[in-house]
Amino acid sequence: MMLLSVEGLTIEAGGRRPILRDVSLAVGRGEIVGLVGESGSGKSTIARSVLRLLPSRARVSGRVLVEGDDVLAMSPEALRRLRASRVSMIYQDPRSSLNPVRRIGDFLTERLVHTLGRPKAEARATAVELLAAVGMRDPESRLRQYPHELSGGMLQRVVIAAALAAGPSLLLADEATSALDVTTQAETLALLRRVQAERELGMLFITHDLHLAAAFCDRVHVLYAGTVVESRPAKELFDSPRHPYTAGLLACTPELGAPRTIRPVPGRPPSLDDAFTGCPFAPRCPHTTERCTTRHPEPVAVAGGSAACHLLEV
Amino acid sequence: MIRKLAGLLATLLATSFVIFGASYAAPGDPVTFLAGGKENLTPEYISAIRAQHHLDDPFLVQYGRWLGDAVTGDLGRSLQYNDQVSDLLAARLPSTLGLVAYTTVLFVVFGVGLGVLAAVRGGRVDAAVVAGTTFATSVPPFVLATALTSLFGVQLGWFPVMGGGSPWHLTLPAVTLATGALAIISRVTRQAMIEQRELDHVTVARASGLAERLIVVRHVLRGALGPIVTMCGLVTAGMLAGTVIVETAFGLNGIGSLLVNAINTHDFPVTQAVLLLMVTAYIAVTTLVELVQPLIDPRARRSG
Repeated sequence: MMLLSVEGLTIEAGGRRPILRDVSLAVGRGEIVGLVGESGSGKSTIARSVLRLLPSRARVSGRVLVEGDDVLAMSPEALRRLRASRVSMIYQDPRSSLNPVRRIGDFLTERLVHTLGRPKAEARATAVELLAAVGMRDPESRLRQYPHELSGGMLQRVVIAAALAAGPSLLLADEATSALDVTTQAETLALLRRVQAERELGMLFITHDLHLAAAFCDRVHVLYAGTVVESRPAKELFDSPRHPYTAGLLACTPELGAPRTIRPVPGRPPSLDDAFTGCPFAPRCPHTTERCTTRHPEPVAVAGGSAACHLLEV
Repeated sequence: MIRKLAGLLATLLATSFVIFGASYAAPGDPVTFLAGGKENLTPEYISAIRAQHHLDDPFLVQYGRWLGDAVTGDLGRSLQYNDQVSDLLAARLPSTLGLVAYTTVLFVVFGVGLGVLAAVRGGRVDAAVVAGTTFATSVPPFVLATALTSLFGVQLGWFPVMGGGSPWHLTLPAVTLATGALAIISRVTRQAMIEQRELDHVTVARASGLAERLIVVRHVLRGALGPIVTMCGLVTAGMLAGTVIVETAFGLNGIGSLLVNAINTHDFPVTQAVLLLMVTAYIAVTTLVELVQPLIDPRARRSG
């Protein structure tokens, strides 16, 4: 059984097109799966739907299974247990993830004490262990500090420590390194990789950086306007992208060594008010044909995975 | 801390000057009232009184003498009652302080409670709280006082109608005063909580499985505490100078009724002392609120 299995997830929230349209993906135990897309492509919504943190007016269909249990259909009590101990999320901005008026120790033990009912002393000991595990020096005194006394990189370590607190099996990293300095970013990535490997966690790694995803993940899903346009193993995706959007993303990043012209993807990312009858990428695609604007492309099997593009249909 | 204290003293000094200046500039010659009526006024008598009360000295000299006395605790002698002003104040102060304290408890409990309710429930409850508190606040205190007296005092007989001395006596006056503050306190609470609720760390707490009740208490209300405490402090401080109507309506012998009486009878020493006391109390409460803020928000401790 897959650790996380999203099946045909469609989410509508009042725009002219759905936020997500028929998204399917899976994360296995010990696997890092990348989710790449521009802002507004719906990648954060997928992560939030795994914790059922969706806007109240959203209309949802499809299934989100964590270890076989449908998150979208479970009781509030089961949902709280899932959020507390089975799935943890790491967010983009660690500074806004922590309550500024509460101590680091409170943040780390809150889940253990107030949701899982562990004794305070035990939770505190766990918190110290976790801080040590994510490489913080002097963890005892950190517990008494406030968020504004720590740097962004330190805080992200605290957030990761808190995510590991109840021993989850799935981590959702939503742009977890995007707001950090480059050096801290590398440290944080190494840390994520280490804890993921040590604990055999499944990880959904969300980023807008296709290069980073290709380097960090086992498999990558490329998301465009709420649909998965290509999903393949990282290396193959990077070496020979099959969807024009994936190719466009790779071509618009400058590279050292092999000088080539930077070609930005023309146009702008679609908003929720742009509705599409055919392929959502058609307006920006260099290879658009008649068929692209009229019919929605279905995923086609390509080497190692699938891509949704009319050009690949034979 | 020292700068804060110096600022405090400067404010007090400035207000004392304004208070003294205002009563100096008030219409009517104090001599007329001191002599107890126009018919007694012979030129010798007038000059005797003027000399006794140092009324012929320049303004600044009079102010200096008054301030010097006030600092050493001598607030002068009431012209009307012929008692020491400080004795008069000491006799009246407990009623007013008790009333304000009682009122503060009431409006903090009910104002914050209603604000939390409105923010958490939203929808119809929210609309009902906003409409209800707005209505309650827009009823003038003397009307409310009369209504409460006739209902709970006269018809039901649950509470005494007049006089002070026990919490029992202070209940209706405190309810009257607190009602006026409900709208502002509940709305500040509601607004602050709604702002806090939108913050990322609240979503993070929710994503960690924390129960909604705990999210409200530990994160939303905790974060909203700063503005709530500030507003409660300001309202309480303002109330110290605003008990006149309620004291009059319920026949309480407090500071407010003492002040009105003193003004009506041109009892300058009492007027000045009461005003000075009110300003001091206001400054004390607002300073206290300021000192409490760093305890509420650790980020405010850095500059201290």
